[in-house]
Amino acid sequence: MATSVTVYGPPLSTAVSRVLVCLLEKDVPFQLVPVSMAKMEHKKPDFIKMQPFGQVPAFQDDDITLFESRAICRYIAEKYPTQGTAGLYGTNPLVKASIDQWLEAESQSFNPPSSVLTFQLVFAPRMKLKQDEALIKLNEGKLVKVLDVYENRLGSSRYLAGDEFSLADLSHLPNTQFLVDKTDRAELFTSRKNVSRWWSEISTRPAWKKVVEMQNA
Amino acid sequence: MAIKLYGATGSTASLRVRACLAEKDLDYEFVSVDMSNKEHKSPQFLSRNPFGQVPAFEDGDLKLFESRAITQYLAHTYADKGNDLIVKDPKKMAVVGVWIEVESQKFEPAGSKLAWELAIKPIFGMTTDDTVVEENEKKLEEVLDVYESRLSESKYLGGDSFTLADLHHLPVLKYLMGTKAKRLFDARPHVSVWAAEIQSRPAWVKAITA
Repeated sequence: MATSVTVYGPPLSTAVSRVLVCLLEKDVPFQLVPVSMAKMEHKKPDFIKMQPFGQVPAFQDDDITLFESRAICRYIAEKYPTQGTAGLYGTNPLVKASIDQWLEAESQSFNPPSSVLTFQLVFAPRMKLKQDEALIKLNEGKLVKVLDVYENRLGSSRYLAGDEFSLADLSHLPNTQFLVDKTDRAELFTSRKNVSRWWSEISTRPAWKKVVEMQNA
Repeated sequence: MAIKLYGATGSTASLRVRACLAEKDLDYEFVSVDMSNKEHKSPQFLSRNPFGQVPAFEDGDLKLFESRAITQYLAHTYADKGNDLIVKDPKKMAVVGVWIEVESQKFEPAGSKLAWELAIKPIFGMTTDDTVVEENEKKLEEVLDVYESRLSESKYLGGDSFTLADLHHLPVLKYLMGTKAKRLFDARPHVSVWAAEIQSRPAWVKAITA
């Protein structure tokens, strides 16, 4: 099937999976080109041409090449506003502003500590690297503060930005999936009533379940 | 006044929004948040920004936090006012969007840590951590190498015109240029020219002199 959209990277990468779930939510067909990080394919000249920092994912649609998963998600959601999950980036400017606000909160406050914890607790053992206990403790402390804010917010709002599932919630799926599913820190999320309810709703969406299948394949 | 910005003078995030308001030629009321007295952690402020950080923003009934969400809102809502900070063509705007994320995910983490260690800590009589400086200068150099390559093909980071992708750098840049980290920018000719150009924009000069 000829398709204009190509994603480069392994589905196990949190940033790659962020893009994949967005494409699936929007019913946008795509081809996924594997990139072997073990063979350092992401540092080779052909890949660097697409992604100058040598990181996954890289993304192509027709004649444009993009990188940075959240920029790619915004692009997809704006290009296909009415297709698939319609309200992903808001149907009016005020809702869009709220989505941007919580997407920024994810990228500035949630992502740093949850990424460190994901690496330390999930990937370091797999790569036979020594875990840094001090770093784990520090970042758990930071994550707890963020989850307390979320607990409060989700007590009065079904999703982070409002009544509808949006890019802001979607962006949390990759790191949270690892922490809940592959570490002994799930209770950070499950012990918080509203966060737990929210996680249960967003993680059981068909698009995300499909991505998790791809990761476990 | 419809637009209100709750911020602090030294805060890079507050300055990011002020730069944007200046470029868009918008009138606003600046409400100073007394951080030395922990006003940013007061219940009243937390209702504006639940993370207890500056800035917080309102435009009529709309309330927002996160400087980069606020600038996006301003750039799109007031597209017809002041200077353009976005581009109309969706494909070109997608590329601008990439470099907006690059600032947020790559430049900001290293840049803001360096600004804290080299520029802000000394103001408060705190000791600079040389290990942190060395680590983050190395990270910043990797980012600036990519910028050097990009800016040799593109006048501004996002493309042909000045956009939010460039503007978002200004507050951290301002701090770094007053420290030894300036040499990292000077050593890269295209980066050096770009940094000088964006800092000489009249709106930026107005924002930091106000």
